[in-house]
Amino acid sequence: MNAPNTSGWKPEMTAADGMHSGPATTTGNRALMLEEPLLFEIGRTDVTGVDLPAVDASAPTRLGGLARSNAIGLVGLTEPETVRHYTRLSRQNYGIDLGFFPLGSCTMKHNPRLNEKVARLPGFADIHPLAPQNAVQGALEVISQLGEWLCKLTGMPAVAMSPKAGAHGELCGILAIRAAHEARGDAREVVLVPESAHGTNPATAAFANYRVEDIPATPEGRVDVAALKARLGPDVAAVMITNPNTCGLFEKDFREIADAVHAAGGYVYCDGANFNAIVGRVRPGDLGVDAMHINLHKTFSTPHGGGGPGSGPVVFSEALAPFAPLPFVRQDEGGTFYLVEEENRAERGPSFGRMTAFHGQMGMFTRALTYMLSHGADGLKQVAEDAVLNANYILRSMEDILHAPFAASGPCMHEALFGDKDFTEGLTTLDVAKGLIDEGYHPMTVYFPLVVHGAMLVEPTETESKAAIDQFITAFRAVVERALAGDQGLKQAPYYAPRRRLDETAAARKPKLAFEG
Amino acid sequence: MRYFTDEHEWIDVDGDVATVGITDYAQGQLGDIVFVELPAVGTKVEKGKDAAVVESVKAASDVYAPIDGEVTETNGALEEDPALVNTAPEGEGWFFRITIANAGQLEGLMDEAAYKDFVASL
Repeated sequence: MNAPNTSGWKPEMTAADGMHSGPATTTGNRALMLEEPLLFEIGRTDVTGVDLPAVDASAPTRLGGLARSNAIGLVGLTEPETVRHYTRLSRQNYGIDLGFFPLGSCTMKHNPRLNEKVARLPGFADIHPLAPQNAVQGALEVISQLGEWLCKLTGMPAVAMSPKAGAHGELCGILAIRAAHEARGDAREVVLVPESAHGTNPATAAFANYRVEDIPATPEGRVDVAALKARLGPDVAAVMITNPNTCGLFEKDFREIADAVHAAGGYVYCDGANFNAIVGRVRPGDLGVDAMHINLHKTFSTPHGGGGPGSGPVVFSEALAPFAPLPFVRQDEGGTFYLVEEENRAERGPSFGRMTAFHGQMGMFTRALTYMLSHGADGLKQVAEDAVLNANYILRSMEDILHAPFAASGPCMHEALFGDKDFTEGLTTLDVAKGLIDEGYHPMTVYFPLVVHGAMLVEPTETESKAAIDQFITAFRAVVERALAGDQGLKQAPYYAPRRRLDETAAARKPKLAFEG
Repeated sequence: MRYFTDEHEWIDVDGDVATVGITDYAQGQLGDIVFVELPAVGTKVEKGKDAAVVESVKAASDVYAPIDGEVTETNGALEEDPALVNTAPEGEGWFFRITIANAGQLEGLMDEAAYKDFVASL
């Protein structure tokens, strides 16, 4: 065990231990720990950070009756005040660049700085989606090459690059499935979603106007294959399965499920959000998947806050490929890249249409391709192996004191799932999460998946060192032992965050959505 | 007569109308309720299918219809004050009233003693 805390300070230390001794400050600040009020509290209506020329009142206006007649009271700040406001707030934030971020199902891996360097190259960063195609051949080649990597890694023949994030990718896949059924005049109404799937899956199917039916999970945490097969029929359009699933387990009967779905005339959608655990090891195309989204912003770095939006390209089987959305990048015989869009009737085929105004998240494309090229095929395989190893290390390091409902189902994949079964004296998963904040960690995913009571879903990713994971395990065990012992002090956590425990109930029941001076 | 389902709904039968809510055990598991989505009056509900949605600080859950029927009335008080489900789950925190399309379906449900044993076994 390394010694991360050389100062000897411990969270349970109080003022008597010297931690917070000293007089109260006039400002409420504590040296570098700065309090920051709201913009509305520090701004003034008579201040502005920009120096605009005086308005010529006699100048003609085109606003007509729409011109504003009353001031709306928006406050202004000077530029340095504005910069300080946001910089101070950013110091109260927790991000992957600050510490271990075990948020299950989110793959909060390190974002290599090389990605950022490439994404900022002017040839990628400063181009416009309406630029002439012959002026942005490099950008189109990036989209094309990234798509080829995704097809190769998944063993699927086609890819749609435009979906903007995971759930958008799900919608893309389900719309292609709908288009394929409708093209042969087959009106199907039901999408089956197992309990071990991501929560966005049923929402996507409902949004695409399908009726959603649940398929139960087995006690081992996998899809109940018999129940799924029994439900298949001519009304079932598709099955949406998350693999590896949200219990952190590989759906080992996937091929059998896919064959049964295909035999019943349905399609198989796979939620690929957890692809990190199997990239380079398993090709979803070999499992019978018809459509799967890939979260570029998880599997290929740049997680939440890693420099911008998400990106959720969707790979398709031969059966669904013709229905993929516009636009797509192709290369002509002379090697020139071009976009197939609405005007190109010959090449667009039965595409179901367009999901985005332009071609996709270019900034994510450059980062993901940089990540792939810098890791290489062997490196991507090692990513999956190390991610799985790290998760299993946490699972086996905790299972002696923390309920691990699927520990007997074999190795977990990228994430370890625990429950609150043995906590005493009214202590809950929420208390453990808050206790981890005091220990300096972003909490794990809590209360999801629903199949486990008081779920705690921990995903370390491959980018954490053994030392960092050992340190987390030490802290996690300490907090869990307090919950097992019924330590009522944990109910008050966090003690050391910029704010103490917030009233989530009041915030949801009576949200204040406007500033009231 | 009050019956219970293994999905933790209760149903009170009064003549040919039944009142449906969730049990004290269910509200305890869900935690603080922040939102309740009720079916529209006139909706035909089907035994075992979604009839309402209840959202707590932890999760959103479906509430299933214990029997077939048609919704005749909903508890409008829950829109303003979803906390009623926490404070009085088996009283003022009721969800909706339905007609009883098939009284035979009540026979498969639990009585209070059987439900108590069921919860104790969880």
